[in-house]
Amino acid sequence: MSELSLTINGTDHTIDVPPDMPLLWALRDVLNLTGTKYSCGIGTCGTCTVLINGVPMRSCVMPTASASGATISTIEGLDPSGGHAVQRAWNDEDVPQCGYCQGGQILTASALLARNPDPSDSDIDAAMSAVLCRCGTYPRIRKAIKRASRYMSDEGGDA
Amino acid sequence: MSTCANDVRIDRRAFLKVSLLASGALVIGVGYGSSSRARATDSDTWAPNLYVRIDTNGRVTIVSKNPEAGQGVKTAFPMVVAECLNVAWEIVSVEQAPLDDRYGRQVIGGSRGTPDGWNDLRIAGTAACELLKSAAARQWNVPVAECNAENGTVIHVTSDRTIPYADLLEAAAALPVPEVSELKLKSRPEEFQLLGTFVPGVDNPMIVTGQPLFGCDTRLDGMLYAVYEKCPTFGGRVRSANINRVRSQPGVTHAFVVKGTDDLTGLLPGVAIVAETWWAADSARKKLKVDWDTENSDSSEAYERRAKALANESGETLRADGDVDRALDESRRIIEATYYYPFVSHANMEPQNCTARYSESGQLELWAPSQNPKSGRALISRTMGIPEDRIHVNLTRIGGGFGRRLRSDFMVECAWIAREIGRPVQLQWSREDDMRHDFYRPAAWHHFKAGIDIDGRMIAFDHHFVTFGRNGETVSGAGLSPNHYPAGLVPSFRLTQSLLKTNVPTGPWRSPGHSAYCWAYQSFFDEVALAAERDPLEFRLDLLSRSFGDPPLDLKRTRGTLALAASKAGWGSRELEPGRGMGMAFHFDHGGFVSHVAEVVADGANVKVEKVYSGIDVGPILNLSGAKNQVEGAVVDALSTAQLEITFANGAARQSNFDDYGLLRFNLAPEVECHFIQSDNSPTGLGEPPIAAATPAICNAIFAATGKRIRELPFSRSGIRV
Repeated sequence: MSELSLTINGTDHTIDVPPDMPLLWALRDVLNLTGTKYSCGIGTCGTCTVLINGVPMRSCVMPTASASGATISTIEGLDPSGGHAVQRAWNDEDVPQCGYCQGGQILTASALLARNPDPSDSDIDAAMSAVLCRCGTYPRIRKAIKRASRYMSDEGGDA
Repeated sequence: MSTCANDVRIDRRAFLKVSLLASGALVIGVGYGSSSRARATDSDTWAPNLYVRIDTNGRVTIVSKNPEAGQGVKTAFPMVVAECLNVAWEIVSVEQAPLDDRYGRQVIGGSRGTPDGWNDLRIAGTAACELLKSAAARQWNVPVAECNAENGTVIHVTSDRTIPYADLLEAAAALPVPEVSELKLKSRPEEFQLLGTFVPGVDNPMIVTGQPLFGCDTRLDGMLYAVYEKCPTFGGRVRSANINRVRSQPGVTHAFVVKGTDDLTGLLPGVAIVAETWWAADSARKKLKVDWDTENSDSSEAYERRAKALANESGETLRADGDVDRALDESRRIIEATYYYPFVSHANMEPQNCTARYSESGQLELWAPSQNPKSGRALISRTMGIPEDRIHVNLTRIGGGFGRRLRSDFMVECAWIAREIGRPVQLQWSREDDMRHDFYRPAAWHHFKAGIDIDGRMIAFDHHFVTFGRNGETVSGAGLSPNHYPAGLVPSFRLTQSLLKTNVPTGPWRSPGHSAYCWAYQSFFDEVALAAERDPLEFRLDLLSRSFGDPPLDLKRTRGTLALAASKAGWGSRELEPGRGMGMAFHFDHGGFVSHVAEVVADGANVKVEKVYSGIDVGPILNLSGAKNQVEGAVVDALSTAQLEITFANGAARQSNFDDYGLLRFNLAPEVECHFIQSDNSPTGLGEPPIAAATPAICNAIFAATGKRIRELPFSRSGIRV
């Protein structure tokens, strides 16, 4: 066990966990931040995606120690009131079916739009192929990303 | 329910019960009783299907008995009530009921939520509206016919007086309950204002902000986390395990052997490891060594050898119409083909999990993402000897059902561990547990022989179905109705069946059976149409134009969806460049009629499914968004699953995670264009019907584009890459 400092959604936490414990389990079982979901555990499905310094990373294979000192954003921190352009677009296009993977989808999309506010279809393909959805919400995710891009340009804001 | 104002018997054996709560809220319950119980007056035994509650602040709450797994009932149901009660959509919400025997069926399965809920919801909403109108009319001393209800308010049309529902609750509760047979229930799209529109899911705000909703999000004070190791070989028992070594691992609080039972759907033998975090439990599991006692040596290769041998045997005759042998003799041409599809897994994104707390007084409380909580409670009761009335099941949102969570193995495992350790515990299966201990959709072989006459019509259909069984019965998910089309569509028909033994657990998988064998039928129909030199659309419409005996499906509704999908796709009217192809299929299951036309482009064996045009008839659409979401998702699911297989060696599944069972990724999803026929039928569900015809439509399009007929799934067996 070792004491680690983590900055999650703008709040500093100090936790005592094995340094190799994946960030996913530090979030879920130690900090009770259950918005980040477990699905494959081998970094292939993207359900557990969090943003590390704004970059989508798979928290299920990322040692907690390696996230210490970084800016960690989880789905709970994007905008807790749901007002982020991507969150609004996700609701307005009614993307979710079961909803389990959507936290990972939304964070991945928000990172895409933050660096590329008007992505092409192939940009969207490249970014979003990282996250699996068993319900098949892919066509709506594409529409929602385009809608979020419009919201952002209409409002002149950042993702 | 504090008081019971009135109880009235209604038609269809449905009962309404109206009550006023101590809080002043008006409650309308709709339920069904036996005809011998003409008046339902006993609150303890009366069984409501649902309650609708109007609070004194005007808010409306539906107590819904069915859990939400992404199929959309949690949004569609309040829409129906808002429509019939004439209130703003925003003020209606759904409260998830726990498992409670008073609610009758509490299952997600068979796409039955919509057809079962439709009448109850309309009755509750309409009856409440009538009561409120009557209460206002009485207060104003005017005829009720002069009163309208709009937006949560009763209006006296000739005087423009208004009164909000919230001010009428007590008066309404004191009135006689309306006769259901006299209620005018809205049923057609022309009458709808809210129904049929695009309404986003009610849980979206919680989903997009990552709030706790799912079973695995449950957190209890003092809760521990568990993993449960079962034998990879189905049915294996624990001989011994290095429990002491595991128990000494960091963070581990408990480790023990569970003897289990022989029931493949119940508590399988295994080793439980409990720790302060799931990671600690799972890390300790890596040190676990179990000596398993196994007998099961099933393998996919052995299945294939046995299936080949069975192909040459005659099988048991399940149905015979006319004289197939003679009709084949008299046919101008005979077309023969064998179709094979593999076992597949449910692969829910949320791996199986359950949370449980066992109290010293012998009460067991569970939080379960279950499609069938009643069956889970019964399994726990008989396995652990706990009376059912001491088991309380809370229902959580479900991260993907698809039939997997009709089984309750994960519930009984968690309950057992909770009692053993006397602490609240969450059992979380790993992805590998989930894929290796699924109830797979079974594989099968379809040997078809069809005869066509001089006009190119199918006059004989001989079908030898080789499927899986035990003790002379098909295993779960492996059966085929003898009355399935083309039975009844051709004058001479024979279905024979051979069973090959399996020791692998199987079960219902989204649109059980249909999602597999529709592909075989509809691909073969294409072969027959082309052999007869007929257009695949014209051939199918003609096949659906007459029946021999009882038709196996509604021919008109089926033709309607097929013609619609074909017309929207531009079938027969568009010139397609080389390498581009279209294919079609129709199907009917779970009350829904769905046809698809798929359009693909091919570069050699590399295929891209570009677009799918869907024609759907499930009666009036309740939530346009939910309906389209199910169709789009089912098409993606079909394309995904057509590339996947579970194979077995030494009685165990070979695949274990998304690296060797790779669901379709984003960039490969086709565009889906939905077209609904809002026919004059009661609405039916869409969780299942859109998937079956999607696979054959895609495969027929691949044939049109490449000339390669896919007779074996997954695609890789047929040399196709998507």
